[in-house]
Amino acid sequence: MTVMEQRGAYRPTPPPAWQPRTDPAPLLPDAEPYRVLGTKAADRADPELLRTLYARLVHGRRYNAQATALTKQGRLAVYPSSTGQEACEIAAALVLQEQDWLFPSYRDTLAVVARGVDPVEALTLLRGDWHTGYDPHEHRVAPLSTPLATQLPHAVGLAHAARIKGDDVVALAMVGDGGTSEGDFHEALNFAAVWQAPVVFLVQNNGFAISVPLDKQTAAPSLAHKAVGYGMPGRLVDGNDAAAVHEVLSDAVRHARAGGGPTLVEAITYRVDAHTNADDATRYRGDAEVETWRRHDPIELLERELTERGLLDEDGIRSAREDAETMAADLRARMNQDPVLDPMDLFAHVYAEPTPHLREQRAQLQAELEAEAESEGTHR
Amino acid sequence: MTTVAVRPATMAQALTRALRDAMAADESVHVMGEDVGTLGGVFRVTDGLAREFGEERCTDTPLAEAGILGTAVGMAMYGLRPVVEMQFDAFAYPAFEQLVSHVARMRNRTRGAMPLPLTIRVPYGGGIGGVEHHSDSSEAYYMATPGLHVVTPATVADAYGLLRAAIASDDPVVFLEPKRLYWSKDSWNPEDPTPVEPIGRAVVRRSGRSATLITYGPSVVVCMEAAEAARAEGWELEVVDLRSLVPFDDETVCASVRRTGRAVVVHESGSFAGPGGEIAARVTERCFHHLEAPVLRVAGFDVPYPPPMLERHHLPGVDRILDAVGRLQWEAES
Repeated sequence: MTVMEQRGAYRPTPPPAWQPRTDPAPLLPDAEPYRVLGTKAADRADPELLRTLYARLVHGRRYNAQATALTKQGRLAVYPSSTGQEACEIAAALVLQEQDWLFPSYRDTLAVVARGVDPVEALTLLRGDWHTGYDPHEHRVAPLSTPLATQLPHAVGLAHAARIKGDDVVALAMVGDGGTSEGDFHEALNFAAVWQAPVVFLVQNNGFAISVPLDKQTAAPSLAHKAVGYGMPGRLVDGNDAAAVHEVLSDAVRHARAGGGPTLVEAITYRVDAHTNADDATRYRGDAEVETWRRHDPIELLERELTERGLLDEDGIRSAREDAETMAADLRARMNQDPVLDPMDLFAHVYAEPTPHLREQRAQLQAELEAEAESEGTHR
Repeated sequence: MTTVAVRPATMAQALTRALRDAMAADESVHVMGEDVGTLGGVFRVTDGLAREFGEERCTDTPLAEAGILGTAVGMAMYGLRPVVEMQFDAFAYPAFEQLVSHVARMRNRTRGAMPLPLTIRVPYGGGIGGVEHHSDSSEAYYMATPGLHVVTPATVADAYGLLRAAIASDDPVVFLEPKRLYWSKDSWNPEDPTPVEPIGRAVVRRSGRSATLITYGPSVVVCMEAAEAARAEGWELEVVDLRSLVPFDDETVCASVRRTGRAVVVHESGSFAGPGGEIAARVTERCFHHLEAPVLRVAGFDVPYPPPMLERHHLPGVDRILDAVGRLQWEAES
């Protein structure tokens, strides 16, 4: 058979009809970040919710200030402040129900405390007396995650497992703008969408990954647009508008709870403080930029809305501040006590049972401690 | 009472049976990974599990190892007992951060509040003619990570018993499956599977008084052959199969070395900063006065894993093992 004869037997036909697997249009974020405060939408906001948000934000800011002060006194090894981002931190905790789970990143101590974790236990990692100071099951708060975006697949897996067990649980996972460049961000969103897991991803776009601005981080139209690539809705919200963040996250949580799958929320905010107390932000940004954001402050926005509508007066403001001072004084007093350390704890929880190898090392440390105690006794 | 014949079975079949029995015994056991569902895994170890237990319990995941292990962490946090398959040794590296930064330390960082009962199955090692990135011996990375158990079977019965133990463990276990032994057979009764083997105990596979070969996984059969061949040289070699690299069974290993006075560690992994260095140090520290010669290592060369047409020069073989045994300062005895 000739080549031409062989070819004669082969009849090209068009491939199976192609169509998009999901209609991308409803997944796209709005052109502008969603706002409530100072807009018509504020009229339908629940006054009680606004007052609660206000008190919690004032509280949160004071917590950040107190924790930063504790670093200067040597009581904390380091503190990554979320000053300027309190609206995101507080709303993330408030939109969850009791049985839901929060997966914080290292900057999200405020959200952890707002979820009910003891303010001192929430600082254990940063004080350095252990890694996680609270039992994650008690308030359904995962450990503060230092490796970027690695907590996101955990949130997906937990939400997926809860759904397998038939439990009504939503997981809300927090990450920063820098974290969206990590592979685990991509993998978590992809798994969540494929499994239609009840997860909400909250990206706090605070402008910087330590010193690197967003335009060196991504060429995407917005971080919320990334959602479309995974087949989940992306939502853009003004991260300093507590009422807006609360509403967008509430919608996303409700959507997940109803079986609608995951949502990616990008909250546009700003890290007013340096990355941590050990960072010098003047090396990579100007005062004018910081000042612009200070004029779009989450607490001021809320205070203005509440006072203009007669929902908050001088007494209310004073009372919120006094409550925050009480919390700060208590935190200060408790943090000024030296933590009780037991060096033998190093070996207690590596495995369910220490391996023979670790039992030997434990004995070595025990002997060292005894020798140390003995020599201290001798010198006394 | 009916007597069931003990039939030859493959290691792959024993592993499948272990997964199936574990899933039947405990509905919190979930198998997940690439191609583990419909296909039954590229080595067919998960064959039939999706059919029997449903795709929710034997799940084809997206192709992303960090995502597979990361979501398994979340599932374990919620009380499931995931068994993750990493398709090949070198394909497990994307999951390394999840393994080191979370899997290995979640119990520790939460003071025991959040243990992770996770099994990570990793087909490993060479000898199957695999092209690049299909034949790594990655155990040293796992052994160097506190918080993980590292287990590897060398027999069909151990494949069953150790995998059941790994899945039952409340600690994360890296379960290394020697690829070239998947199709190896020995007599094992699938109707009456071996009881679950405790993790952390080595076993003497062959007794001898001349020298001890300390080995594990794919190198056990090679050492058994070497021990047989050594008889012609007048050596009776003892073969210790470690089975568990973490926890390490110093007791069984040192008891053997104290009897024989000589030891060679054999593995496919490279020798530089490999498992053999740790084992030689442990034996020397504990058995120095019983040793007639330095502990020697027979290992893969410290080169990237070779292409299939050259791998036979890389893998520890009988001759290389016997050469090492010959260098154990026998002249001192004569």
